[in-house]
Amino acid sequence: MSILVNENTRLVVQGITGREGMFHTQQAVAYGTKVVAGVTPGKGGTSVEGIPVFNTVQEAVDRTGANASVIFVPPPFAADAIMEATDAGLPLVVAITEGIPTLDMVRAASFLAGKPTRLIGPNCPGIISPGKCKIGIMPGSIHLQGHVGVVSRSGTLTYEAVGQLTALGIGQSTCIGIGGDPIIGTNFVDALQLFNADPDTHSIVMIGEIGGLAEEEAAAFVQAHVKKPVVGFIAGRTAPPGRRMGHAGAIISGGKGTAADKIAALQAAGIAVAESPALIGETLKRITT
Amino acid sequence: MKIHEYQAKQILAKFGVTVPRGELITQPEEARGVAERLGGTVVVTAQIHAGGRGKGGGVKLAHSPKEAETLAGRILGMTLITHQTGPEGRLVKRVLVEEGLDIARELYLGVVIDRASGRPVFMASSEGGVEIELVAAKHPEKILKEFIDPSIGFQAFQARKLAFGLGLEGKVVNEAVRLLQNLYRAFEATDASLVEINPFVTTRDGRALALDAKMNFDDNALFRHTDIRELRDLDEEDPLEVKASNYGLNYIRLDGNVGCMVNGAGLAMATMDIIQYAGSRPANFLDVGGGANEEQVRRGFEIILSDTNVRAVLINIFGGIMRCDIVANGVVAAAKTLGIKVPIVVRLRGTNVELGQKILKESGLNFEVANDMKEAAEKVVAAANRS
Repeated sequence: MSILVNENTRLVVQGITGREGMFHTQQAVAYGTKVVAGVTPGKGGTSVEGIPVFNTVQEAVDRTGANASVIFVPPPFAADAIMEATDAGLPLVVAITEGIPTLDMVRAASFLAGKPTRLIGPNCPGIISPGKCKIGIMPGSIHLQGHVGVVSRSGTLTYEAVGQLTALGIGQSTCIGIGGDPIIGTNFVDALQLFNADPDTHSIVMIGEIGGLAEEEAAAFVQAHVKKPVVGFIAGRTAPPGRRMGHAGAIISGGKGTAADKIAALQAAGIAVAESPALIGETLKRITT
Repeated sequence: MKIHEYQAKQILAKFGVTVPRGELITQPEEARGVAERLGGTVVVTAQIHAGGRGKGGGVKLAHSPKEAETLAGRILGMTLITHQTGPEGRLVKRVLVEEGLDIARELYLGVVIDRASGRPVFMASSEGGVEIELVAAKHPEKILKEFIDPSIGFQAFQARKLAFGLGLEGKVVNEAVRLLQNLYRAFEATDASLVEINPFVTTRDGRALALDAKMNFDDNALFRHTDIRELRDLDEEDPLEVKASNYGLNYIRLDGNVGCMVNGAGLAMATMDIIQYAGSRPANFLDVGGGANEEQVRRGFEIILSDTNVRAVLINIFGGIMRCDIVANGVVAAAKTLGIKVPIVVRLRGTNVELGQKILKESGLNFEVANDMKEAAEKVVAAANRS
């Protein structure tokens, strides 16, 4: 088992004919992901790597039975792509695109509310259930099938953590990058809820960073509901206040969202916080063996 | 992106938000004429991108045109230090001269995106003229909030709730409701990330005005606001940060002595943290992006080394899919063309990592190769302490 994606996932790639879309489609196929369709408006009827391209997501779903979408559409059009996938009734939409205007995401989030679609991202590396399905831009080779659920706001820092786990021989059930933007579809609590309910996930790694209060909310959820061992790491102890650290959502504003506050909240909830980013794997090993 | 108060007021005025009458000047002698046109009593305000200008001596009341000129002369050219400028302060090149008002009450208005609800929130408080963070910490109940449904916008009833909640009475209520609605229209139409009016004032003759104005904009939306992009004042930003942004690099200058170049924002922050954990302090945040290429690596180096505090550099690239030999070639080429003197520690992960390390070792340059983050941090801190 795993969460959200597995061997039954049938993927449609929105923006498949673009440079990024095409490259990562090849990577996903090589990993074993079932990529059944692509969408680029105006290029319907063509194909990429033998994968049929459609003009609309609805047509792709109707013709191929796709049940998940990944979005590589450029920022000005990405929120529209999210809404199109939602309108087509897809249960899972993974938005990789970085740089979507915040107010576009406010409208997309409002459109999604109450609908059955789960959005992951935007501005995220995607989601992978090792050995089964890879949706996104993460390197498949660093992963190992196993029982640790990983959830993170970051891209390369998630690879770092996964790399440490794999080097220790510890495999992962599913790894989700929830994204570095202020408005995202799936937050820590959503992911923790899914990992908590998944019998194949035995422990959890959560990687947060400065900005917002999502880690504090996650800590409260862990304390109240999660019996599985949880390891945490928070990036940005050395980040100055008032500055946006690369990610649109990584900013300490008005004294809120500091690493110190988040670490304290995690520790108070009984989460084992790795002191250094080099110790994420070892900390998990320590508390689970 | 940030802009000046006078620019924010010009934008807001276009949306029908009432602001005091005033003019921007760059020479002290201009203040006299402006003050005469505005009726004698004026407020002279330094235009820099930082709050706390009043406490720092950048806001003065003049009772006559002559005094306006004297005060403008004192403020123009001064290095204004506030709690937001840092100890080095900012040089004042422009001042705004505005009509003096007979103020009845000082209130607060703000519009931001609420991350938890994913919606804009309109905030109002009776505690104007002070730092809103202090009010939020001590008296959160004194901040009124109206969440905004993006599909219907900010409705009149919500503006009335806030206006009456602020204790406004009489004819000023309608003035305030109009101002609040126009303020939200400006926020939405310009893709602002923050609009703050502190203080928002009412006058004894029943008017409501934005006495101060602060607007920040969503960088991701600037592509559709070329007019706003032109308002950027490069003098208000760190020159190295400006240079980095021109190359599409995300650089923030800090005060340590270990420079770092990393791909990805989260890993870049974690790298700064581990430098501190290993006993030194990071000189910067630098994210070269998910797919760093040779040109970006070279520009990144150039910027890191322009900071004379840097004693050693750590390059931490988790390439994943990216080929390490390509990154290594970029690092070597950059180091050669720039003639780098400080020690460099390189940690690479990704495809062809052995080949990448071989390229670094055989380059004849002063690279130390590390296999993981811990080793990299320890080596770079030791190198910084030596040099």
